[in-house]
Amino acid sequence: MSDLRDLYQEVILDHNRKPRNFRRLEAPTCSLDGHNPLCGDRISLDVTLEDGVIKDIGFAGSGCAISKASASLMTESVKGKRTGEAEALFEAVHQMLLRGPGGQFDPDEVGDLEVLAGVAEYPTRIKCAMLSWHTLNGALHGAHDAVSTETGDESGGS
Amino acid sequence: MTAIDARHATTATQPFDVTRVREDFPILRQLVRGKPLVYLDSAATAQKPQAVIDTLVRYYTTENANVHRGVHYLSQQATDDYEGGRSKVRAFLNAKEDREIIFVRGTTEGINLVAATYGRKNLGPDDEIIMTAMEHHSNIVPWQILCQEQGAKLRVIPMNERGELLMEEYEKLLNPRTKMVSVVHQSNALGTLNPVAEIIRLAHQQGVPVLLDGAQAVPHMVIDVQSLDCDFLTFSGHKLFGPTGIGVLYGKAALLEAMPPYQGGGDMIRSVTFERTTYNDLPYKFEAGTPHIEGSIGLGAAIDYLTALGLEQTAAYEHELLAYGTGRLSEVPGLTIIGTAREKAGVLSFVLENVHPHDIGTILDTEGIAIRTGHHCCQPVMDRFGIPATARASLAFYNTREEIDALVAGLHKVVEVFG
Repeated sequence: MSDLRDLYQEVILDHNRKPRNFRRLEAPTCSLDGHNPLCGDRISLDVTLEDGVIKDIGFAGSGCAISKASASLMTESVKGKRTGEAEALFEAVHQMLLRGPGGQFDPDEVGDLEVLAGVAEYPTRIKCAMLSWHTLNGALHGAHDAVSTETGDESGGS
Repeated sequence: MTAIDARHATTATQPFDVTRVREDFPILRQLVRGKPLVYLDSAATAQKPQAVIDTLVRYYTTENANVHRGVHYLSQQATDDYEGGRSKVRAFLNAKEDREIIFVRGTTEGINLVAATYGRKNLGPDDEIIMTAMEHHSNIVPWQILCQEQGAKLRVIPMNERGELLMEEYEKLLNPRTKMVSVVHQSNALGTLNPVAEIIRLAHQQGVPVLLDGAQAVPHMVIDVQSLDCDFLTFSGHKLFGPTGIGVLYGKAALLEAMPPYQGGGDMIRSVTFERTTYNDLPYKFEAGTPHIEGSIGLGAAIDYLTALGLEQTAAYEHELLAYGTGRLSEVPGLTIIGTAREKAGVLSFVLENVHPHDIGTILDTEGIAIRTGHHCCQPVMDRFGIPATARASLAFYNTREEIDALVAGLHKVVEVFG
């Protein structure tokens, strides 16, 4: 059993208390809502793209500390990145969170997002951390219907 | 002593011996995450006494056969015990006749059955169904589906800040278009005990039948369907310390007889040709296919167990524990109890300032404490209180004051992590 502090690291608690980029954008290129129906976590994500680069990103919504901190950390890590890089980061975070017991991930690929690695030990909370990432992925791929965590591979349990 | 008193009379006059009772529940001896399990999620599902587990093992070890079919010994044994479960349920609810007890999968199926049969037959365009603002989704959605099909409408009795129904609003909602009242007896999200006797009395003045969602109430108080005079009552076996997958729909025989069948298949028929089928008598008309045989037998064992303990005694003990828990929780800084009805049982739903219920649930889990977090299948209740979710500790007679203390200590830890 991993220690509680591996999950609720100081960085996560800080992002939960003071989420970064926690605002709606005035004229976003794309917006999408994400919803975790079992937990009730909700996110509305706005992205401004310029020449394939995420110039600005903001979010609003409500949810647990893990979902809010994950969204906040995500906005910091993808701002200024090319969409292709953001997608690669989505894959890396996905791999980290769904690596399963004893599974490996490459810390270099996730950078600061490694603080979320402890979530992998709490299967019921993985979708909390993935909600913002699924929403971003949907937004970048031109989705119009709200994203639900119940269709992803981390669905199940609540 | 009346017959009803005798059914639920306590066998002992000494105080409720929770230490001894806990020995009947093997799961409670477990360590979870290295700590003694503190199970505070009985409103989701209750733990099973050894007597129920043994009954299921015995059934499959010595008696397994299909019911109502074979002429052979085992089939007769299985049939006797399956029907024996029905008789125990009848006595437990003080229903008039065994045939008024229909086995279903659970409360959800019981409500769906009534909506799909009684509802389809008797409700038409602009007819109205009254429910409360604190219904579980299972007592909303089946009626909504019916409304979509038949053009009927839902009417909702509002509640106050404490989670108590506004009965004067209910009286205003009752009108000649009202064709069904379907209400929860005890709220799973708030713990509120609704004044069902009065709800039924007022509905009957207008000739409207009443269905009670008894999922939470039946395990925790003496229910007498004849004195309540409810028309339908449904509950789940697994919340009554019995197996999952078995539940009961009680209905007054005259109503059940007039209802069309729910599902077609074996057992529910008297004769079948390709041209025409005649249906079986109650209760079999509503029990198509091989039933949940060990479910009925296991539920019967749970009822025997509970009756021997004395439901009045367990209810009194649970009430005392609820009062203790309410007091102790109020010591936690930033904690607000959601659902403070004066008439309340078994449930401590709460929110903690600046901490989402799921984070509370995860931290308590690391302490071996099992609570439920989320909307409890009551999204309209959450909307009413303007919250996305609550944390809910729910009680059964096997819980202790020490477990409440462990919960409170765990909550102090939550506050410390998030402080």
